[in-house]
Amino acid sequence: MSSAIEIKDLCFNYETSSPILEHVNLAVADGQSGCIVGPNGGGKSTLLKLMLGVLQPSSGAILVFGKSPVEARAMIGYMPQYHALDPAFPVTVLEVALMGRLHRRFLGRFTAADRAAAMEVLEETGTAALAKRSFASLSGGQRQRVLIARALACDPRLLLLDEPTANIDPGAEEQFYGTLDVLRKRMMVLTVSHDLGFVNREVDLVICVNRQVSVHSAGSFNAADADQVYHHKVNLIRHNHSCFCNCGGEEAHK
Amino acid sequence: MIDFLHTLASPEMFFLRCAMIFGLLSSVTVGIIGTMVVTRRISSIAGAVSHAALGGVGAALFLQRVCQLEWCSPMLGAVAGAVATALLIGCVNLFGREREDTVIAVMWAMGMSVGLLFLDRTPGYVDWQGYLFGNILLLTEQDLWMTLLLDAVVLIPTILFYNQILAMSFDGTFAELRGVRVRVIYLALLAMTALAIVLLINVVGIILVIALLTLPAATAGCFTRHLWSMMALGSVLSWLFVTGGLAFSYCYRLPSGPAITLVAAVVYVGGLGFAAWRGRRNR
Repeated sequence: MSSAIEIKDLCFNYETSSPILEHVNLAVADGQSGCIVGPNGGGKSTLLKLMLGVLQPSSGAILVFGKSPVEARAMIGYMPQYHALDPAFPVTVLEVALMGRLHRRFLGRFTAADRAAAMEVLEETGTAALAKRSFASLSGGQRQRVLIARALACDPRLLLLDEPTANIDPGAEEQFYGTLDVLRKRMMVLTVSHDLGFVNREVDLVICVNRQVSVHSAGSFNAADADQVYHHKVNLIRHNHSCFCNCGGEEAHK
Repeated sequence: MIDFLHTLASPEMFFLRCAMIFGLLSSVTVGIIGTMVVTRRISSIAGAVSHAALGGVGAALFLQRVCQLEWCSPMLGAVAGAVATALLIGCVNLFGREREDTVIAVMWAMGMSVGLLFLDRTPGYVDWQGYLFGNILLLTEQDLWMTLLLDAVVLIPTILFYNQILAMSFDGTFAELRGVRVRVIYLALLAMTALAIVLLINVVGIILVIALLTLPAATAGCFTRHLWSMMALGSVLSWLFVTGGLAFSYCYRLPSGPAITLVAAVVYVGGLGFAAWRGRRNR
């Protein structure tokens, strides 16, 4: 199977700062789903932005579906963290979902087919009933699902989700995982998360990012008890460290 | 009020009718650009641009009177100063690594200083207070035609590219990923904002121009849930504020700029109160 994402000896740093990513090598096969984990400031979001072509590598190469990230954009659905958006912006849920259909229209209005496609993805994420509501009036979990719907409206082969479980309540979180499990059967899903509960779901790869990147298959990633990780944050931290022990990173003896 | 209407109808009150028509014509631009300024949060850029316009006015008057360049009108100077400043701030924003608010503050003060120095060295009488505080009653018919032209320049691209503008304003990164030319639209938006500012300087002056670019749209934002309806309601409110402010200033013999601003501010506070009340009721 060919690699959907291929990164070769990639380094990244902003002009004056110290390196954020160093000598990253990564290959994700088509159809695999993964979870990108690592400490804050470790470079998770940077890696995501490189895959999207929003940032350019300082050296090395990155290919998505055999193309440069900028060329591959039409095949990528991206969900940002919703609190990066203006909470009072005047826009309805349906209008947000329609933004995912934008690359099909250079000028003018959306067609009935666009609207139908947008309603379909809203249906899929359980937010169709909210279509006419103002995005500003939704709860955190609802906004998150609408943003996933928007990413799905792009009809992507690869779905990139940035911290999808940040700031949503536990009930909504379960529902959310359910939605993702369904999506993974249809497309590649890469999720940035600080929540290792994700890892023990149906994920093929665990991608650890802390300046360097190492990949574990989900099967070998059993260092911590899944249930405990779910309920105690302390275990999550220990888990992270043991993970980086395996990677031979600098965190090894902390 | 009846008195005001009588005056409006009388033949020798051309300037007042001119002002009322201006209030109506400018409302399209104010509603659209104001909505962009409010939702994109660029009101401080608008402030810097309006003050930098004075630099252009000063330079143009100086060239006109000292260097005998007749074509160099204050209006042209204002347009050049405002557009150049807006694009400069925009480029620093997109490509530079400077702190945005520092650049804005520097341009703000520098434009003002350049303008005042040129005006000081320009011989003859210069109505600089007119630029600072505006005088809607000095409008000419030519200004009205310019306003109509600007309405077209703002309205047509907004209708054509509405979906792109909406996506870019809501989430620039996502819009860029969907192939929207975010940088081009952003710079075009800043240039249009600069033109709108020059136009509005006639009405409320450099210092109060921010009021017209924020208050109608912000008030509309309390009642609307679409970007387009915010623009439309913003336009209607802008017309009401300018007309109401003019009537108010005429009846009580007050300067027009501050009167318009205060009328708008009072309605805005009312709108905020309504939004808060509705939010609590729906909870």
